[in-house]
Amino acid sequence: MAAVAETTSALDARLAGLTMPVGGWSDAARKDALMRVQAAGLPVRRDEYWKYTRPDTLTQAVAVPAALFHNAEGALFDDVDRLKIVFVDGIFDAGASDDLTLSGVTIERLATANADIHWARDLYGVLEARGQNPVARPLATLNTAFASDGVLIHVTGSASKPINLIYLHKSETSDVMLHNVIKLDAGANLTVLETGPAAARFNKVIEVDIADGAAFHHIRAQGRDHERRAVTHIFARLGTESTFKSFTLTANGVMTRNECVIELTGDDAKATVGGACVGDGDFHHDDTVFVTHDAVNCESRQVFKKVLRNGATGVFQGKILVKVGAQKTDGYQISQSLLLDEDSQFLAKPELEIYADDVICSHGSTSGAIDETALFYLRSRGVPAAVATDLLTLSFLAEAVEEIEDEDLREDINALLQSWLERRRS
Amino acid sequence: MLNIKDLHVKLEEEEKQILKGVNLEVGAGQVHAIMGPNGSGKSTLSYVLSGRGGYEVTSGTAHLGDVDLLDIEPEERAAAGLFLAFQYPVEIPGVGNMTFLRTAVNAQRKARGEDEMSAAEFLKVVRAKAKTLKIDADMLKRPVNVGFSGGEKKRNEILQMAMLEPKMCILDETDSGLDVDAMKLVSEGVNALRDEGRSFLVITHYQRLLDHIKPDVVHIMADGRIVKTGGPELAIEVENNGYADILAEVA
Repeated sequence: MAAVAETTSALDARLAGLTMPVGGWSDAARKDALMRVQAAGLPVRRDEYWKYTRPDTLTQAVAVPAALFHNAEGALFDDVDRLKIVFVDGIFDAGASDDLTLSGVTIERLATANADIHWARDLYGVLEARGQNPVARPLATLNTAFASDGVLIHVTGSASKPINLIYLHKSETSDVMLHNVIKLDAGANLTVLETGPAAARFNKVIEVDIADGAAFHHIRAQGRDHERRAVTHIFARLGTESTFKSFTLTANGVMTRNECVIELTGDDAKATVGGACVGDGDFHHDDTVFVTHDAVNCESRQVFKKVLRNGATGVFQGKILVKVGAQKTDGYQISQSLLLDEDSQFLAKPELEIYADDVICSHGSTSGAIDETALFYLRSRGVPAAVATDLLTLSFLAEAVEEIEDEDLREDINALLQSWLERRRS
Repeated sequence: MLNIKDLHVKLEEEEKQILKGVNLEVGAGQVHAIMGPNGSGKSTLSYVLSGRGGYEVTSGTAHLGDVDLLDIEPEERAAAGLFLAFQYPVEIPGVGNMTFLRTAVNAQRKARGEDEMSAAEFLKVVRAKAKTLKIDADMLKRPVNVGFSGGEKKRNEILQMAMLEPKMCILDETDSGLDVDAMKLVSEGVNALRDEGRSFLVITHYQRLLDHIKPDVVHIMADGRIVKTGGPELAIEVENNGYADILAEVA
């Protein structure tokens, strides 16, 4: 009973500091979410799902302040023709944002889309709620209840350029929840870029519904402040012959938990989720992925790479669930870490749960150091040890980065990784 | 050019002496071959000269010109003009061959205080050299040695050699894993680089390679020492009679 009381008082303390936005179509979903989070409670250390990552700084009533860092890292995707939507500490910045008009797409803000009946009503909190089973994700539910803003994107055709959600962090004490809903109609396609550290503490949810034959690409770069904390969730539902591809780069950040919950509900769909993270010192990064195959002949790939040094910690929890009847499933999962010293650690929990008999599923997880033979090979060609180490580190990350299809976007991500490594040459 | 005196080397991790007093002098523009049975220390010699970890020099010296090789890092030895063509070239996924080559060329130039090569200039030079080694644009674009056949890997080694223009080239069993045509191609690449300012040390098991790359001097290595030195006829003697006679003779 003591444990329950403790959990309840922690939740009460957290809820006491929050105000639920009121008015319009999202009210019912928000109230429902509040009831669900009250029933579930917030995550605690002894939850199996939080075994490797301490949830306390993500759940406590007041966010730990995070200093702002303004290093030399340039703005990402500057040369990419994109539609920019800027939030500063969670507050929409109209002046810095482009007009929210894009051919093939309607874009609105959660905070201002006040119609009584809205298309997003069928999705807001819906995919999130579906994603609570079999594992509860209360921080996402909390977000559904209290998110202050976000974007609602409805894609009816082929988006003429990517949408870049830019999350700037300018206040050391900002504590932000944003919730984005993206709906792709049959055959539509869209690329969403997300960049920036967002806030001292950032809780973000994306719900994306991908209809038959549609394609959704997502590339995000979390950064760059060392002390920022983030918990993010992506909930994706895939229809027949649809595509979902998500890649996340995480450089810096004292605490990050990225969850990705993917449901393949139509035959012949393909989902890829991957990430590269580079951590130095006081850095904890957790990728938690849950892929459910519930249709025939679908393919899923999880490709995660982590470079850790000076005591940084990386976590990977990845699951592939193949439901009864999901025959011809092709599931792949790899999580690897490159430990640049003996102080760093990588904790991995790969899981397969399969209820169909005609499937291919594979998983692998490794931790290793820089390959001495390769290092010598490069040095023997005159490449200095520090540069050679960087090249091999990029080489290690390449399998994940190469999941990004667009060459320009991939090069931008690589350039960012390279500059991060260069700043840390010993 | 290369001057090795009484070189003794043991394994770092265990009490095993590999080289037991190697003496070798390779003059400018010369090609020397080292032959010898398995385990005689040939590859170890190439690794110790180029600075690979895992070995401990217990006594002796090795100089390239007036540079004390054993005193400096592998990349510094490379910048000083030493090049080792690997027996097993290493695959490096995710690093383009071209990026690798350009990084290496410019790192060496920088180390020597020379101007870096521009991207355009580099591209022009590398294309011309690749062509003579029958290395196509695709191989230049692919990650270093990844998915290359045995022959392609060795040709890629020679391309690196051609781009880096070293003074002293060590070829460690470059003929291993090559078919007749590939060996010819690789040898032509090496011969094209022969120059009065450039020396070669060719490590091989077989005389066959020396038909293509004609040595000035042949050394026989056994049990960590050079036990016999002669002209090209020594390689033919090995080919015909094996090492037994020579080893018995010097024992």
